[in-house]
Amino acid sequence: MPEISAEIEQNAALLEIIDSHKALEGALLPILHAIQQRFTYIPDTAIPLIAQQLNLSRAEVHSVTRFYSFFRSTAPGKHTLQLCRAEACQARGSRALEQAIQQRLGIGFHQTTADRAISLEPVYCLGNCAASPSIRIGDTVYGGMTIERFERLLSTLAIPVVEAQS
Amino acid sequence: MIKHWDPSAIDYETDYGTPAPQPEYSPEYAELPEVSLFIDGNSLKVPAGSSVMRAAALAGISIPKLCASDNLQAFGSCRLCLVEIEGRKGYPASCTTPVENGMRILTESGKLAALRRNVMELYISDHPLDCLTCPSNGDCELQDMATAVDLTEVRYGYDGKNHLQAEQDRSNPYFTFDPSKCIVCSRCVRACEEVQGTFALGIDGRGFDSKIVAGQKQSFMASDCVSCGACVQTCPTAALIDNAIIEHGQPQRSVVTTCAYCGVGCAFKAEMKGNQLLRMTPYKGGPANRGHSCVKGRFALGYASHPDRVTEPMIRDNINQAWRTVSWDEAVNFAADRLRTIQQQHGRRSIGGITSSRCSNEETYLVQKMVRAAFGNNNVDTCARVCHSPTGYGLKQTLGESAGTQDFDSVEKADVIVVIGANPTDGHPVFASRLRKRLREGAQLIVADPRQIDLLNSVHVASTLHLPLRPGTNVAFINAIAHVIISEGLEDDAFIAQRCETDAYREWKSFISDAKHSPQASAAITGINADDLRQAARRYANAGNGAIYYGLGVTEHSQGSTMVMGIANLAMLTGNIGRAGVGVNPLRGQNNVQGSCDMGSFPHELPGYRAIGDDSVRAQFESVWGVELDPEPGFRITNMLNEAVAGRYKGLYCQGEDIAQSDPNTQHVQAALRNLDCLIVQDIFLNETAKFAHVFLPGSSFLEKDGTFTNAERRISPVRKVIEPLGGKADWEATMALSNALGYPMNYQHPAEIMAEIASLTPTFAGVSYQRLEQQGSIQWPCNQDAPGGTAVMHETEFVRGLGKFVVTEYLPTSEKVTRRFPLLLTTGRILSQYNVGAQTRRTDNMQWHPQDILDIHQHDAEDRGIVDGDKVEISSRAGATVLTARITEQLQPGVVYTTFHHPESGANVITTDNSDWATNCPEYKVTAVQINKVTEESAWQQDFQQFSSKQQALLKDKLSS
Repeated sequence: MPEISAEIEQNAALLEIIDSHKALEGALLPILHAIQQRFTYIPDTAIPLIAQQLNLSRAEVHSVTRFYSFFRSTAPGKHTLQLCRAEACQARGSRALEQAIQQRLGIGFHQTTADRAISLEPVYCLGNCAASPSIRIGDTVYGGMTIERFERLLSTLAIPVVEAQS
Repeated sequence: MIKHWDPSAIDYETDYGTPAPQPEYSPEYAELPEVSLFIDGNSLKVPAGSSVMRAAALAGISIPKLCASDNLQAFGSCRLCLVEIEGRKGYPASCTTPVENGMRILTESGKLAALRRNVMELYISDHPLDCLTCPSNGDCELQDMATAVDLTEVRYGYDGKNHLQAEQDRSNPYFTFDPSKCIVCSRCVRACEEVQGTFALGIDGRGFDSKIVAGQKQSFMASDCVSCGACVQTCPTAALIDNAIIEHGQPQRSVVTTCAYCGVGCAFKAEMKGNQLLRMTPYKGGPANRGHSCVKGRFALGYASHPDRVTEPMIRDNINQAWRTVSWDEAVNFAADRLRTIQQQHGRRSIGGITSSRCSNEETYLVQKMVRAAFGNNNVDTCARVCHSPTGYGLKQTLGESAGTQDFDSVEKADVIVVIGANPTDGHPVFASRLRKRLREGAQLIVADPRQIDLLNSVHVASTLHLPLRPGTNVAFINAIAHVIISEGLEDDAFIAQRCETDAYREWKSFISDAKHSPQASAAITGINADDLRQAARRYANAGNGAIYYGLGVTEHSQGSTMVMGIANLAMLTGNIGRAGVGVNPLRGQNNVQGSCDMGSFPHELPGYRAIGDDSVRAQFESVWGVELDPEPGFRITNMLNEAVAGRYKGLYCQGEDIAQSDPNTQHVQAALRNLDCLIVQDIFLNETAKFAHVFLPGSSFLEKDGTFTNAERRISPVRKVIEPLGGKADWEATMALSNALGYPMNYQHPAEIMAEIASLTPTFAGVSYQRLEQQGSIQWPCNQDAPGGTAVMHETEFVRGLGKFVVTEYLPTSEKVTRRFPLLLTTGRILSQYNVGAQTRRTDNMQWHPQDILDIHQHDAEDRGIVDGDKVEISSRAGATVLTARITEQLQPGVVYTTFHHPESGANVITTDNSDWATNCPEYKVTAVQINKVTEESAWQQDFQQFSSKQQALLKDKLSS
């Protein structure tokens, strides 16, 4: 019964994360961040566990995960690409970049490429306005983005290479 | 003109927008400093802390609003209640702005009108324009506000992005959620949180995408929703609406009445269309519920008009015959002849009656009067025998009065709340909501129960302590708590010295100081960790206000009365009695079980708990009733059944109670009933007991008669007739007819006359009258010269018996012990959606929540027996065996199994034994030694039951008309 044991394993991991943050004041957001960090999204099964451990209801936890668009309810692609749509980036041409990138990847916002390599998310300011327009892949922010630079960046993200490195 | 605020002038039909700064019923409200301000030029004074919106409403000025309601904290999201305040910038929301001295407020201006209209335009631009065909038409706040702000056009048009195609949620049998009509004001979310305390609703998404969702975006039925109706009640549009309103339209009239389910006694408005009850909506003016409700009272009404109602009198010579429908006269004459014949053959004491805890005070009073005056004996008892008789006995011995000491409002002032052997979220849901609200405000919770009850998992409640004791060890537990308090010197010496009998206390103290009551010693008996127990004792003793609430887990034991006295001892020991926030609070089971006890439904007590053996008391009743009364106490239910089995007791008049299902050791009860020569059952359905009856008198539901119910806080509340009795007579009229047939005349024209007689004969009811009930809404007894308006908190300056009496409470283990043959302990309880024997709730859509009784068993015990979830298992005890479906749970400790008794075919009481409380014979439902085995078919009893039941149904179906 591999599915069941995977579920048990996941629950144990979730409980461990919850437990290690439980004592914090306002523990819910740190817990959600830690879970997303670990699983790349917030599994549905995490919600009742968090609710029970923090004396919250499932509806409350669910509402928080749905309020912040950063939290995902499904697994993203290998890489999450955040594209800034805030004022400074727009002033420096992010709208055109946005269209070019969408066209290049063949997906819109909140979607994942068919090979599950890249998920595209809009973001409203990456704090890198001086070097607009910016995108972020994983934890790295790239300023002065153009479609050409993006192409080069994309080639470095070739999936097999990443897997070989990890 | 200056208007002074008078709390008694509160109009329960008005929504003041935000809650009173202190609940207006609490004395602190009157003491709040007043703030003077001007609203639209009117000068007025209101209590400090009121919102501008509330102040305006108190002055009769209604500011437009959508997201505000006076049972919810201000939220400030709808932006309709904007006002102008002199000297302030902008347009503050009146709901979130507190009043200040000298404030000058304008609630109407050209600018405000434009702003409000603009907001309404936005709402309406994403709202279906189907008012004329909408079920809420005429009862819709959105519609009212559109009118209030003079909305004439929507400049945005209706073609933009909208929610008009959103899918409805029809999963709940009683209400529909239609998101297309939702304005996302969050009132439902907040009502679920603040009023009900379940937190089942939330908001999914942000901005335009915001949508109300249940649980994790599930259907309402799949979420944590308990169907209390608070969200439906508060919804300002048709987004959450009763299915009854969708199907039948808006009600035409409403009558304030009292719910006929549990002992909380909620006030409801019965909303009618012609003679059809459309829905019950909680009434803000009801002090027990303060505008809240539960799934039973709010929605489970279908039984009252169910096709199973038997509405004609019926008779038969023996129980193998088909029923014959007859006139009322023929039925009561047939019954009277049989009863008199029995008395001639078997003696005066060979017949008796059982009063109903579901009928009114007046009806109960008449039944006991008829038994004593017309039957000529004291063979009268009631179902309190099998639930709270130990409460009556125990509290009378220690405090002097057989009732709880507080009102429900009291819980709002409690600091430490101890719940013993009760499951309020299921048994007393509206009170549980009030209790949980207090817990969220910071009160501490201690639960002593073999099960991990849901109250312990309350949302936003952190400070809980669960003492999972072994069934049957209550007294050892309560003694250990008292021992800790004494040994650590936490008792309230001043209170004890002033209010309690010294000698009795001294004796009790030396008893309780014995080391055998220490937490370590008792841990071996109760299974409670000694440190946890000490912790609990300290918390309760050191609480500013410590309140104990208890249920049948206390009383339904061989030492039920001892435990009740142990609880009273504890309250006296810590001075937790005689003021708001403390007390000894039995949570009574049925709507009028307190009342049926008050009304003299006991073989040894006349109304007002006055001894039948007391010559002067008896003389008073004799002079008014015009007969000589038997001074000898009569039979209890248990005696009646034993005597019937022995062949010496032959006739029984049973009003609105189903002893064949509710009483323990069903096979013994059935044997007794089969032995009767005349069983008269008066009920709304052919219940299990009626299947053994010779005379059936159609009962009337609470909608079909006037009267009063008395709830767990001693509150006498009016029950008002909204339709004529389906069977032609209200229950009190039926009893009168039988009494008259027996030759003892009764000629009351209205229950008010019966209440007048009760008041004239019962000192604690002396001031009660229908007139006063009309004026006050409800009355908590004692109500007499000393307390003309009634009594919220008892024993304030002295105990009813003078000095409180500590009673020595020696722990004696029950004879119902686990053995190798019966290694597990069965304990029984109830569930939210079903009520008692289920005769009412099983005939409603509440069946969707609990279609059958389930046996809960711990993983450990299940594994030992190779039982998995959903298996059929046989539960056998010394008394009998039955088969149920098993559910594996960790709510229980190993060694304990649990079930409910809502379905007759389950036969939960086939297993429970004849063991009972030493003082009152209250059955030991909560402890039965059992064995569990996996089986494939139903038990022999169940097979017999099915056969007998279908035969009796056939005899009803084939009834002959004469």
